[in-house]
Amino acid sequence: MAVENITMPQLGESVTEGTINSWLVKVGDHVEKYEPIADIMTDKVTAEVPSSFSGTISELLAEEGDTIAVGDVMCKIEVEQMEQVEATDDEINEEPPLLTTNRNDDDTSMKKRYSPAVLRLAQEHAIDLTIISGSGRGGRITRKDVERFIERGHTGEVNQEAVTEQTPSPVYERMAHDIEIPVKGVRKVIADHIVKSKTEIPHAWMTVEVDVTNLVNYRNKIKQSFKKNEGFNISYFSFFINAVTQALKEYPQLNSTWAGDKIIQRKDINISIAVAKEEELFVPVIKQADEKNIKAIARSVNDLATRARTGQLTNEDMQDGTFTVNNTGTFGSISSMGIINHPQGAILQVESIVKRPVVINNMIAIRDMVNLSLSLDHRILDGLVCGRFMARVKEILEQTSEETANVY
Amino acid sequence: MAVMTYIEAVTLALKEEMLRDKDVFILGEDVGHKGGVFRATDGLFKEFGEQRVMDSPLSESAIAGVGIGAAMYGKRPVAEMQFADFIMPAVNQIISEAAKIRYRSNNDWQCPITIRAPYGGGVHGALYHSQSVEAIFANQPGLKIVMPSSPYDVKGLLKASIRDNDPVLFFEHKRAYRLLKEDVPEEDYVIPIGEAAIKREGDDVTVITYGLCVHMALQAAETLEKEGIQAHVLDLRTVYPLDQEAIIEAAKKTGKVLLITEDNKEGSIISEVAAIIGEHCLFDLDAPIQRLAGPDVPSMPYAQPMEKFFLINEDDVERAIRDLAEY
Amino acid sequence: MTKNRHQALGLTDEDVFEMYRLMLLSRKIDERMWLLNRAGKIPFVVSCQGQEAAQVGAAYALNKEIDYVAPYYRDMGIVLGFGMTVKEVMLQAFAKAEDPNSGGRQMPGHFGQKKNRILTGSSPVTTQVPHAVGVALAAEMDDEKIVSFVSLGEGSSNQGDFHEGLNFAGVHKLPVITMVQNNGYAISVPLDKQIACESVADRAIGYGMPGYTVDGNDPLAVYEVVKQARDYAISGKGPTLIEANTVRLTAHSSDDDDRLYREKDELEAMKKQDPMVTFVKYLRDENILTEENEAKLHEEIDKLINEATDYAEEAPFAKPEHALKHVYEE
Repeated sequence: MAVENITMPQLGESVTEGTINSWLVKVGDHVEKYEPIADIMTDKVTAEVPSSFSGTISELLAEEGDTIAVGDVMCKIEVEQMEQVEATDDEINEEPPLLTTNRNDDDTSMKKRYSPAVLRLAQEHAIDLTIISGSGRGGRITRKDVERFIERGHTGEVNQEAVTEQTPSPVYERMAHDIEIPVKGVRKVIADHIVKSKTEIPHAWMTVEVDVTNLVNYRNKIKQSFKKNEGFNISYFSFFINAVTQALKEYPQLNSTWAGDKIIQRKDINISIAVAKEEELFVPVIKQADEKNIKAIARSVNDLATRARTGQLTNEDMQDGTFTVNNTGTFGSISSMGIINHPQGAILQVESIVKRPVVINNMIAIRDMVNLSLSLDHRILDGLVCGRFMARVKEILEQTSEETANVY
Repeated sequence: MAVMTYIEAVTLALKEEMLRDKDVFILGEDVGHKGGVFRATDGLFKEFGEQRVMDSPLSESAIAGVGIGAAMYGKRPVAEMQFADFIMPAVNQIISEAAKIRYRSNNDWQCPITIRAPYGGGVHGALYHSQSVEAIFANQPGLKIVMPSSPYDVKGLLKASIRDNDPVLFFEHKRAYRLLKEDVPEEDYVIPIGEAAIKREGDDVTVITYGLCVHMALQAAETLEKEGIQAHVLDLRTVYPLDQEAIIEAAKKTGKVLLITEDNKEGSIISEVAAIIGEHCLFDLDAPIQRLAGPDVPSMPYAQPMEKFFLINEDDVERAIRDLAEY
Repeated sequence: MTKNRHQALGLTDEDVFEMYRLMLLSRKIDERMWLLNRAGKIPFVVSCQGQEAAQVGAAYALNKEIDYVAPYYRDMGIVLGFGMTVKEVMLQAFAKAEDPNSGGRQMPGHFGQKKNRILTGSSPVTTQVPHAVGVALAAEMDDEKIVSFVSLGEGSSNQGDFHEGLNFAGVHKLPVITMVQNNGYAISVPLDKQIACESVADRAIGYGMPGYTVDGNDPLAVYEVVKQARDYAISGKGPTLIEANTVRLTAHSSDDDDRLYREKDELEAMKKQDPMVTFVKYLRDENILTEENEAKLHEEIDKLINEATDYAEEAPFAKPEHALKHVYEE
């Protein structure tokens, strides 16, 4: 004797359950195979369900009116002899092997396979990935591992072994015909300053694209007369410094310095500008730039650049900068990542103005476009405030036109 | 608010739109007296009469083509294909005609037709009552393809489809018809076509899918939550044109993406989703994009073991999410 | 006094003169388009030549203020009869922005103009048949007493949509007139390789509707049968199938060379049946056409076509990026 289950059949293609209208058998009844045992109603059909076995009904698992899911047991039946049960698909189908590989904590084969997301985060936050331990398969460092590491302010999950391990300075041998240039003077100062900035400040970057067509038209229009009247050039750069200065007034967070346990927000807006001279790089400062109009800024730029090139800058000229605007566009660059002028909070690169096809109102127009790239000290600043600052600079520049601007 | 099955939500949406707008009418095989082979138009013949719930001859191209003509005239036909598998004779009408009417007439004519069709497997429907056909239509600008995953979405999206002034293919999953139940508001509401929806928030793995597979993904996500794995589930709802913004945002959220369809894998909707993510999210990806789909065989076989083999199920989904979480 | 043929049909002398004017206009526009094509100015022509009588006869029997037409690519006579202007036809030939059919998106012959109730058409043949049935169904739902007229070639009558559309119209007794213009060729395949029955009209019985075969070279005969079919439809009796036997005087299109499959004498014989010859003879015999008014008519039409050609040639193309517009409602 064996007990078999009779399950709710699927009566109709979309049917997932059936309701027992009435039982046609009761416990103890003997039924032949294919004899009806219940009247079942579904959304699609009403039908009598036959028994799949010959035997005696031993248990009814549902009341009349109950709704049972397709495949669930309706009743049990004691069969006289073992039926030659056809193999069910469960028996045919072996469980497929688990796709997941077994975790092996010793496996570190993936430790140095970095995903694009991990590399980007590491770069943005100047993180040395060798000091993070990975929680992914094969010891892989996951994006979440890096995000957690950043959240904990660089202090968590440090792999001591990796930290204490001293990476020896590489030794580079001079090959025949190579030239050796000793590093000293201004080059050495620049190098030290940049290394300090790059290792100390966790840099993050952001670039916006600005349509300066109107500004270009305006400046081209007044270029000749301005030069004639004032005796010096009115450069695009002055308009950019003016816009940055105005925006800094509204977002003073960018005019700040990291001071270990505090952030110092500067009252004065002193704009450092980079002036290159062959092997040297000077960064003189336009003091209280926010109190100057475009003409005055243009005069300062002109004056400082001339003195830099003729070696007449004083120490004082190069002190007290609070924010740097760098005219990388002069070199034809259209995208660059500036290194912050330590100990300032940010630097803005003004790239080349180029004519590009731009979609306006679903039509293609030729516009004068410029990229502005901001590098920021991520300890002081976040994406949100920088985004707003950049949007403001963009807005000021895009609104600059003959109708709205006045260089005087 | 009443608990309603997926198919009851279809019937309700049709009824409400027919009451709201006299230009809405239904056309298809067995939609009248019988109320549809799945009972989607149950009771409508009685309520609205023969002319507005019209039994058509057994001819799919005419169902689509006559509907298109009526739509050009100014009606809002809802044409029913008895099974998505039988839409093939109407493909010329749908792709050469409906999809192109606005474009080819330079906006002079329009074709506000909704074509409903039950799709999907797991119902012992064999090769010709199990297919997913959306990919065939999913590179036809001019068409919109909607595939709801829940009774609530069915009502809002079907109403939006009927009111839309362009042709909409509305695919309903047969197995969802009576499997899925939830509260559906009695009041009038529409869900905008073209917008995907986040059905579950999570930060470990992003699952992007549509139709009945959303249900599987949500069930798997619930199980995995106990293991500490949080799945983020995006329901595409409209599979053409795709909601690129929502896809990109969801993919960036976790950097680990699982795409699921019940359809054959190659050339499927999720292949296009993968391409969008590939184009836009490189620097946010933390694992290779994974696709979970049916095998590349012509259709689903009848015999149960083979049908089961073809179909993806909750366990497959669960395994695939876990696999990505551990990557 | 005995009535002549057109008076017997209730048509005035002015009516038949106007019918001739439309036929001549269709023929002359078509001839101009071939010239423009061979001069390299427009890439494609598909002709109405030989079928003008059937088209104009049918258009004249319909109510051009309320009826809908779903024409096929040769139906110059139908669309002119339904109000499309010469200028608009030429704008389509040159694919200019102002073309009301498609704004330069479709090939010539793919008509469509909502304000004149000309349904937009495509290149896959016969798809317009179910559309016309749908229009008739919709109009009936709104209790509008109109007919929906659809036209196609005999080759197209072998397509599934012909069967599905006519069967639907027959079952629901819809006010649809289907006119098959049988010009004897589906591109190069002759009629005896297209259908096995005597005539296309024989198929009507299978759809439970009357079927008529008519001499498509005689505009008055076509007018008569279409008028009868219209009255039949308007009175609620249902659809009619009409086969109008015509001739095709040109190659299938500007990309076809019919000398490959058609004997020269066959074409010469056809030219004798050309409605432009036979109908002119009738009008002259009835004194409706005189040397004087015929010359004047030719002059007027030539002037109209010259002006329309110049206008269309000078007209601007749509902007390239206009290709992105109107995929969906905007």
